[in-house]
Amino acid sequence: MRLPCPICGARDHREFYYQGAAVMLDRPEPDAGSDVWDEYLHLRPNVPGAHDELWSHDAGCGAWLRVTRNTVTHEVIGAVLASEVSR
Amino acid sequence: MRVAGKGLIDRSRPISFRWDGTTYSGFQGDTLASALLAHDVRMVARSFKYHRPRGILSAGSEEPNALVTVGRGADTDPNVRATVQEIYEGLEARPQNAWPSLSFDVMAVNDLAAPFLGAGFYYKTFMWPGGFWEKLYEPLIRRAAGLGALGGEAAKDQSEKAYAFCDLLVIGAGPAGLMAALVAARSGADVILADEDSLMGGRLNAETLSVDGQSGHVWAGQMVETLRAMDNVRLMPRTTVTGAYDGGTFGALERVSHHLSGVPEGGVKDTFWRIVARRSVLAAGALERHIAFRNNDRPGVMAAGAVRAYLNRWGVAPGKALTLFANNDDAHRTACDLLDAGVHISGVIDSRPDAQAQGDYPLYAGAVVTGGHGRKELEAISLKTQTGTERLFTDCLAVSGGWNPTVHLTCHMNGRPTWEPRIASFVPTSGSIPGMETAGACNGAFSTAACLAEGVAAAQASLAALGMKSASVDLPVAEDTPYAIAPLWAVPGKGRAWLDFQNDVSVKDVKQSAAENFASVEHMKRYTTQGMATDQGKNSNVTALALLADATGRGIPDTGTTTFRPPYSPVPLAALGAGAKGKGFAPERFTTSHAASVEAKAPMVEAGQWYRPSYFPVQGERTWRQSCDREVGYVRNAVGVCDVSTLGKIDIQGPDAARLLDLVYTNMFSTLKEGRVRYGLMLREDGYVMDDGTTARLGPEHYVMTTTTAAAGQVMRHLEFVSQALHPEWDVRIMSVTEHWAQFAVAGPLARNLLSGVLDDPLTDEAWPFMSCGPVSVLGVAGRLFRISFSGEHAYELAIPARYGDSLFRLLVARAEAMAGGAYGMEALNVLRIEKGFITHAEIDGRVTAGDIGMARMISAKKDCMGKVMAARPGLVQEDRPQLVGLKPVGPVKQLSAGAHICSRDEDAVPTDDQGYITSVGFSPTMGHFVGLGFVKAGLGRHGEVLRMVDHLRGLDAQVELCDPVFFDPEGGRARG
Repeated sequence: MRLPCPICGARDHREFYYQGAAVMLDRPEPDAGSDVWDEYLHLRPNVPGAHDELWSHDAGCGAWLRVTRNTVTHEVIGAVLASEVSR
Repeated sequence: MRVAGKGLIDRSRPISFRWDGTTYSGFQGDTLASALLAHDVRMVARSFKYHRPRGILSAGSEEPNALVTVGRGADTDPNVRATVQEIYEGLEARPQNAWPSLSFDVMAVNDLAAPFLGAGFYYKTFMWPGGFWEKLYEPLIRRAAGLGALGGEAAKDQSEKAYAFCDLLVIGAGPAGLMAALVAARSGADVILADEDSLMGGRLNAETLSVDGQSGHVWAGQMVETLRAMDNVRLMPRTTVTGAYDGGTFGALERVSHHLSGVPEGGVKDTFWRIVARRSVLAAGALERHIAFRNNDRPGVMAAGAVRAYLNRWGVAPGKALTLFANNDDAHRTACDLLDAGVHISGVIDSRPDAQAQGDYPLYAGAVVTGGHGRKELEAISLKTQTGTERLFTDCLAVSGGWNPTVHLTCHMNGRPTWEPRIASFVPTSGSIPGMETAGACNGAFSTAACLAEGVAAAQASLAALGMKSASVDLPVAEDTPYAIAPLWAVPGKGRAWLDFQNDVSVKDVKQSAAENFASVEHMKRYTTQGMATDQGKNSNVTALALLADATGRGIPDTGTTTFRPPYSPVPLAALGAGAKGKGFAPERFTTSHAASVEAKAPMVEAGQWYRPSYFPVQGERTWRQSCDREVGYVRNAVGVCDVSTLGKIDIQGPDAARLLDLVYTNMFSTLKEGRVRYGLMLREDGYVMDDGTTARLGPEHYVMTTTTAAAGQVMRHLEFVSQALHPEWDVRIMSVTEHWAQFAVAGPLARNLLSGVLDDPLTDEAWPFMSCGPVSVLGVAGRLFRISFSGEHAYELAIPARYGDSLFRLLVARAEAMAGGAYGMEALNVLRIEKGFITHAEIDGRVTAGDIGMARMISAKKDCMGKVMAARPGLVQEDRPQLVGLKPVGPVKQLSAGAHICSRDEDAVPTDDQGYITSVGFSPTMGHFVGLGFVKAGLGRHGEVLRMVDHLRGLDAQVELCDPVFFDPEGGRARG
């Protein structure tokens, strides 16, 4: 699998560290309550199809990416820098 | 026998080789199979299960029978297909799976026992008694059934991995692949053309067909030369594309030196390629299928296309009186080519009543072969003609049940092929592999003209997708004979008719599978083992599922296919694992003191990728404990020097550096004064401890963080995550500077005296109190000094640019030795920190909370931090959690061991009564007894209690007293003083 790092270009997936679902970008406020925190940390929908996930280009530029990948076909649909994800 | 005037072999270059102990000769260009057939060697193998005599069936990598062993000792290659192995001077090959010899194999008795050994016999026969399967049945079966054996000596590491990138990967260099490559190359695309054969050209080298008025093989040769001359084309002969993977990635095995007598100096036997292609064209051709009839596996029964290949490419007629059995027109070419070459044809048997002879040979239209005769070689065949039965004497029967497109790669990403009645076989389903076009015979196009045209079309489609303009190329003129076939899978009759030659699966086995309700194709495969051998059923899959469809009353499309998985043909594990043998390419990180430590004969131990000295032995010491005790004494009584450069050092700068630290650490760093150091604790977001370490504030917007050696990478990634993903608005930059600085701990009562000798400015307690830091000049070199202590002694860590590390370490050690101290290693460092109750990742193993290590109060109430919310969960703060304690032996057994469990003295040492465990132990020369750290339920409040330590692994059972984890100098006066 190849991931399109916005800084380095298309690179082999072994250069990257996989973190998990991109919901980790939306860190709740400290007082959001245990249900929100529980969901943030532990509950994942496991969608068949397009899925936003976080990868770190550890063996490259060190950038954290939000990669959109089809979990059924493994097609990599795109990647943006985590720092540029609008929230 | 050789046929004069035929073949593409070089008859001016004879080559001698050995087969089964006998010397033979062949020619340059021969495979082992063609050279053996030239000498009329027919039986070359014994089958897997029944040890039936077997001969060469095919002329390619799909060969199920002719598996041989090449080479000896460490150079042994088992299970080599004789049809793929090129001969070279001195080649030594031998049969396998036969004892004592190929012609008299005692295990052939299995064949007589066949009625008891049919499909499913494993499951039915060896049910009882239970324990017998592992101890008796399986070893027996494994010994009786089998493939070749390894040499028994460690093989040399003669494989490598390589990587390639291209615009277009063309798989297969027959007429379709050559045209696709040419069109793409002329259009400017970066092309790789891979073919598993040594000679590119595909079937054109095996036929007498012409292209553009020339012999097909001449045209192919010219095409290859044209492509070879182009800078944007890479030709990869002897390279099998073995798998199609995500994102246009392909695996490929290049057999680099298997055709040479020995691997050249600096060369390799195999290269496993990872090819990344923007687009691909599959032009893999087709494989001929067999027709099942009684004893259709006798040596001498061959594929019709293979017989034609042996004649046209290698100048070999595999018999003196040949017969042909077919259900299609294509196979008649074999008879025509043989006749043209002057070989006797005893008869052509075509199952189609309307079949027409295409040459001057006796044709039996509407007839079938009902059986083969002869045991070790084919001697005759029985026919059932439209009028009765007949027997023909023949030593070679060429069989063709039609051609199956080589669709395998299109199925590697869950694609399923489509049934095509026109050719009575499966063709690729479009779009099965993203970016892949299919062309030629693998697409069901069986005429040369169609192959050429599809090759062009596939290249054009690929170029369009690449956004490139397609160059115009003239389509060569070639035959366009329609493919005419009437399906025939098996000839009915008594006796065993074979489908899967490599796994000895017969027609009866498939029917039995259906009868026993293993009717799905995937169940049939596993019940009969059809298609599960090393050839993955290339010769038998379609026939087997057609028979299953008959037996179950379903059509073939409804029956479906099993799943083709990579690799297309076997890949040696040595090639897949190239570079990973022993240490392989694993990175080794050396500190600047490495050379000095090795010179001092310190045993180096791995710490992640780093190598660190275990201890520094001196003359007269017989055990590591003696060295360790001495080194601990240096630090407690004089001064010790230790390289601590492996700890992660992360430089953090920017206006928001302090905010970042406040978020990742549980405690405050924005309040840390310049020139000061603070211990920090870091949590994961789930509330458990991630890492600890000290962070120094060098300037208003400049911090240097240290991490543990083990977690340096994880912490770096974590900081990047927080700054990039959670707070991209913060102005802060993070850089790992672990390698930039050599850092040495100088610890002990004489540490200040030692350092005063190497620092250019005076080192006073007033200017450098405990937990201070700042720039220093070290004999003229700019360095940094940190007054921190991991030993509990008056200590410093001195950092200097790495290029001065080696000389500074030697100098510090020499000065220390002059003060009755010296270098200390990991063992002493460990004892020193256990004496002080300092934790490492032995303690913070990912299951431990701040409260568990007595640091609950380090989670600041004044601010948020990573992990703070989840650290407050009830389960993480409950009072009976295992908590950090010190442990010392108080009974007759004076030893402690790490990993041991703690239980009550009056309870059995069983998991249900487990109270905790020990994480770190060491013998403390300072205290005069073993000291340990561990976690015990509610341990913080149980100091003084005596419990039991049990180590089932080492057979240790000791009484231990729980105590404060700080054994030595609990007030901490030594570090501050």
